[in-house]
Amino acid sequence: MIDLSATSLLAKLQSGEVSSEEVTAAFLDRINAVESRVGAFLKVNSESAMQAAQAVDEKRSSGTPLGKLAGIPIAVKDILCTEGEATTCGSRMLEHYVPPYNATVVEHLLASDAIVIGRTNMDEFAMGSSTENSAYKPTSNPWDLERIPGGSSGGAAACLAAAMAPLSIGTDTGGSIRQPAALCGVVGLKPTYGRVSRFGLVAFASSLDQVGPMATTVEDTALLLETIAGHDRRDSTSAKIDVPQYTASVNSPLENLTIGVVPSHYQDGLDTEIESAVKEAIRVYESLGARIKEIEMPHAQYGIATYYIIAPCEASGNLARYDGAHYGYRTDQQTMLDELSEEANQTDGAGESPLVRMYRKSRSEGFGSEVQRRVMLGTYALSEGYYDAYYLKALKVRRLIRADYDSAFDQVDCILGPVTASPAFRRGEKTNDPLAMYLEDLYTVNANLAGVAGISLPCGLTSENLPIGLHLQAAPFQEEKLLKVANMYQSATDWHTRRPEIQ
Amino acid sequence: MTNPPYDVIIGLEVHVQLRTNTKLFCRCSTEFGNPPNTQTCPVCLGLPGALPVMNRKAYELSVKTALALNCNIPNFTKWDRKQYYYPDLPKGYQISQFDLPMSENGHLAISSPDGEFEDKNVGIIRAHLEEDAGKSMHDEAQGLADTRIDLNRTGTPLLEIVSEPDMRSAEEARAYLQELRLLLTYLDVSDCNMQEGSLRVDANVNLHVHTETDEKIATPIVEVKNMNSFRAVERALHYEVKRQYEIWQETGNRIGDVPKQTRGWDDNAQLTRAQREKEESSDYRYFPDPDLVPVTITNEQVEAFQQQIPELPAALREKLVDEFSLTPYTADVIVNQGPEVVAYFQSLAEHTGDAKQSGNWVQGEVLRVLKEEDWELREFPISAEGLADLLKAIQQGELNNSRGKEVFSEMLSAGTSAADAMAALGIEKVDDSALEDLCREIVMANPKVISDVQSGNEKAVGALIGQAKQKNPNVNPGQVRQICLDIINAL
Repeated sequence: MIDLSATSLLAKLQSGEVSSEEVTAAFLDRINAVESRVGAFLKVNSESAMQAAQAVDEKRSSGTPLGKLAGIPIAVKDILCTEGEATTCGSRMLEHYVPPYNATVVEHLLASDAIVIGRTNMDEFAMGSSTENSAYKPTSNPWDLERIPGGSSGGAAACLAAAMAPLSIGTDTGGSIRQPAALCGVVGLKPTYGRVSRFGLVAFASSLDQVGPMATTVEDTALLLETIAGHDRRDSTSAKIDVPQYTASVNSPLENLTIGVVPSHYQDGLDTEIESAVKEAIRVYESLGARIKEIEMPHAQYGIATYYIIAPCEASGNLARYDGAHYGYRTDQQTMLDELSEEANQTDGAGESPLVRMYRKSRSEGFGSEVQRRVMLGTYALSEGYYDAYYLKALKVRRLIRADYDSAFDQVDCILGPVTASPAFRRGEKTNDPLAMYLEDLYTVNANLAGVAGISLPCGLTSENLPIGLHLQAAPFQEEKLLKVANMYQSATDWHTRRPEIQ
Repeated sequence: MTNPPYDVIIGLEVHVQLRTNTKLFCRCSTEFGNPPNTQTCPVCLGLPGALPVMNRKAYELSVKTALALNCNIPNFTKWDRKQYYYPDLPKGYQISQFDLPMSENGHLAISSPDGEFEDKNVGIIRAHLEEDAGKSMHDEAQGLADTRIDLNRTGTPLLEIVSEPDMRSAEEARAYLQELRLLLTYLDVSDCNMQEGSLRVDANVNLHVHTETDEKIATPIVEVKNMNSFRAVERALHYEVKRQYEIWQETGNRIGDVPKQTRGWDDNAQLTRAQREKEESSDYRYFPDPDLVPVTITNEQVEAFQQQIPELPAALREKLVDEFSLTPYTADVIVNQGPEVVAYFQSLAEHTGDAKQSGNWVQGEVLRVLKEEDWELREFPISAEGLADLLKAIQQGELNNSRGKEVFSEMLSAGTSAADAMAALGIEKVDDSALEDLCREIVMANPKVISDVQSGNEKAVGALIGQAKQKNPNVNPGQVRQICLDIINAL
C-alpha cells in the first residue's frame, strides 16, 4: 500500500477497498520501520493522525462531503505555521515556538481532509542545500544513507523516497523543493511566485519564497497543487488568478510542444551521467513529437551572484524579529548579567547595555552559523554606501533574468535542463565550503528570481544508483502546461517508479 | 532692542495618527486607552509567517491630507523597511516610505493676526505614511528598571509631515502647528490629541549667525523631541535658540563639525537635555518591503479626492471677510474654532440676515460660554435657529442688546426658546401709544430737562431714560430718547 500514489490510494479509499485508518497506519508503520535511519521528520503525529483518519472514515461512511485529499497522509515542512504545534524552522531560535494560527496552506490541507502525518526536517530557516543546517539532526538520503537528501526541503523529499508519506509540502526559495526532489528521486514543483499563499510560511526571502507540492508522480503533484493554490487576501503578493483543475488536464499531452534547451547548461561542471540522462530525456520528448529549440539565457550566469545578494538582504530583515524580546530563544539572563557586571568592573562601567547584550547573545546562540552568515551578508549589502552597488544592482540583473525568460517563453513552451550539477553528495563533504554549497542552486535559482514555475522529476540513476532530476520550467501561471509536459515524460518512462532499498 | 545677530532656522516633523478604525497593515482596532496588549494579532506582533496587507482607508486619508497641504500625489508609491532594534518594534523594522513617498512638494500658509510675523508659506517637503511602534513603559520605581511593552499602538497609521526649514521663530513654528492641526480637524483625518500621542512634534533647529563681514554661518542642527504641547514646542525652541547661540559663542562649531544631536525637552525643568548622537551613526538599511505591493493611484482618483476636500481654514477666513463682512480678526477667531463653529455662524447669519451681529454674538457670547463650560459646540444647548430668534427680536427693537444677553443666559440655564425666556423675564414689546404716554408723563414732570434741551443741550434728555426704565423695564432706551426729544421739540 505504501508504494501506491496518492491518486491510487484515493481511488481505493473512495471505493471502500481500504480505510483511511488502514492507509495512515501503513505509513506510520513504515515510519516506525525506517525513520530512525532516514531522519526525515522532526515530529511524527502518530496519535493525532490516526484520530484524524478515523474521523475521515466516519465522515465517509456517513455520507458527509469530503475534501480533495480525504484520508491521505501528508507530511508538512516544519516552516508552515500550524496552530498549537511547535513550528521550529529547524532552528533553536524557535524550538518552543507554538504559533497561534494556521498558515493558509495548512488551512487548505485541513479543509481537504488530508491527514497531517508529521513535520519534516529542513535546513535552518530554509537556508541550505543539504538539510545539514538543521539545528536538530541531519536527514539521510534514502538511496544512500551516507549522503545528504538535498535541501532545504530535505525531510520533505526523503520521506517520499522512503515511502513514509505519499504527499509532502515543501518550500522553494532558490531550489529548495526541486534540488532535494532531484537528489531523492521524487517530483517537486515550485509554483509561480504568487500562485500559493505565503501567509503563515515563515519567511526567508519574501520575494522568492514559494510553497509547493512534492509527490512521487506528476499526477499527485497536480492534485496537491490544486489543493493549496489560489488567491489569499492575507498575502498581498498572492495572485488574483483562478486555479485551473490541474488533475483534469494532467493526463492530456500538450499538442505542438516546443521544448527549449540552453546550450550553456551543458558546459563544464555538469556531471557526465546527469548530462547523458538529461539528453536522453530530450530524445524521449522528441520521440513524443516535441520540437526541440536551442535558446539563449544570456543573464543566467549571474543568477547565483544575484540570488546571494537579494535573498540574504531580505533574510536580514525577515529574521530581525528573532531578537529574544517577544518570543523564541532568549539567552540566560543571570549568566548575561553576571558577564556584564564582571566586564563593568574591568572597564569602569562603560560597556554594552543589557538590552544590546541580550539581543547579541540571543541571536548568536539561537541561530546556526549559516543563518548568521546570511544575516551578516544581507546586513552588509544593505548598509549605507553599499546599497546601490549590491542590492540595487542585483535588482537590475534580476529584471534582465526575467527578460531572458520572457523572450524564451515567446519561443518555447518549456525550458528543459538538469536540476543539479551533480548527484547527492556525502554528508559533511561541503560543510566547510559555503560557496560550493551555494552552487547547488546553479540551475534552480533563476526560476525564483524570475518568478516562473519549475518542476523536478526523476529521469535516471547514476552508476552509484543515485537519482537524477530533470528540470522543466514554464512561464508564470503556466503550471497546467508544465504538469502536462512533465506527465508526458512520466507516461513514457518508469524512473518515477524506482524506489530505494533502505539499508 | 537691536536684532539678534543670527537667523533662527526651524523645520518641523509632525507625526499624525490617522483616524482609521483598524491598523495600517492588519485589522486590529486603533482605539486608545484599552488594557495593554489587547489589540494585537500575529501581523502587528510580527509573529513568524504573518504578512501585512495595506489598509486602503489610511492611504486615502493621507491623500486627502496631502492634497490639502498642496502636495503633489505621485501615481506610484511603495513601502520600505526601516530597520532598527527596539523592544517596542516587534518585527525589527518599521514599515515606512523612503525614496518614493506618497506625497511631496506642498506648502501651508501661516499668518499672525497680531502681526508677530509676516504672512508666509511654509514648504512641505513630503508627507509619508508609516506604521507606529508600540509603547515602552519604563518602570524604574521598583528598583528593577523593568521595561514593560504595550503593543496596542503598534501598526497604527501615522502620517509623517516634514516641513522645509522655513520657520524663523518659535512663534512661526507655533503658528504652523496650530494651522496644521486646524487643517487636520477640518479634514477630519485625525484626533490631533497631543496628550494621547495622536499628534507628535519633533523640531530641527539651528542658527545662521551673521558675521562682521556679512556672511552667515550655519551652526550644527539639533533635533528636539519630547514636546507634549504647542506651548512646550514654543518654549523649547526659545530655550534651544538661546542655548545654541551660547554654544556658538563658546565653541564656534559649525554645521558638520559635530554629529547631529538629539535633545529632549524637559517641561518641568524648562530645558533640553542631550539624548543621543544620531543620523551619521545610525543606518536604517532601508529597502523595499517585499511583502507589500506598490500602491498606485490614477489622476482621476486624485481628482476625486480633491473634490471631497471640504472648505479649508484659509479659504473660509477669506469667505467670512468677503461674503459676510466680518473683520479679519473675527473671521480668524471663528474659523480657528473649527468647522462646527463656522457652520453655526453661517446658519445664524442666514437666519438673522445680519452677519455682523451674528459674528459678534458668536465671538462674544457663544465662544465665551464654550470656554467657560469647556464645551464642544455639539454640547452647546442653543441651536443656531434658537439664537437667531433672539437676535431678530433685538433687531426688531423688542429688546436691547444688554437685555438680550440676559435672555441668552436664561435660554442657557432654563433650556428654553427665546420667546419663553423673554416671557420669563417679563420682556414684552411696549405698545407704541403706551410708550408715548409714558414719555409725555416723564417729560412733563421734568421742566429742567425741557429747558436744558430747548437751550441746546440734548444730552440732558438722558436723565429721562433712566426714569422710563424704572417705570417699565421693557422700554427701548433709544426709542425713549427719540420720543422725549420729539415731545420737547414740539412743545
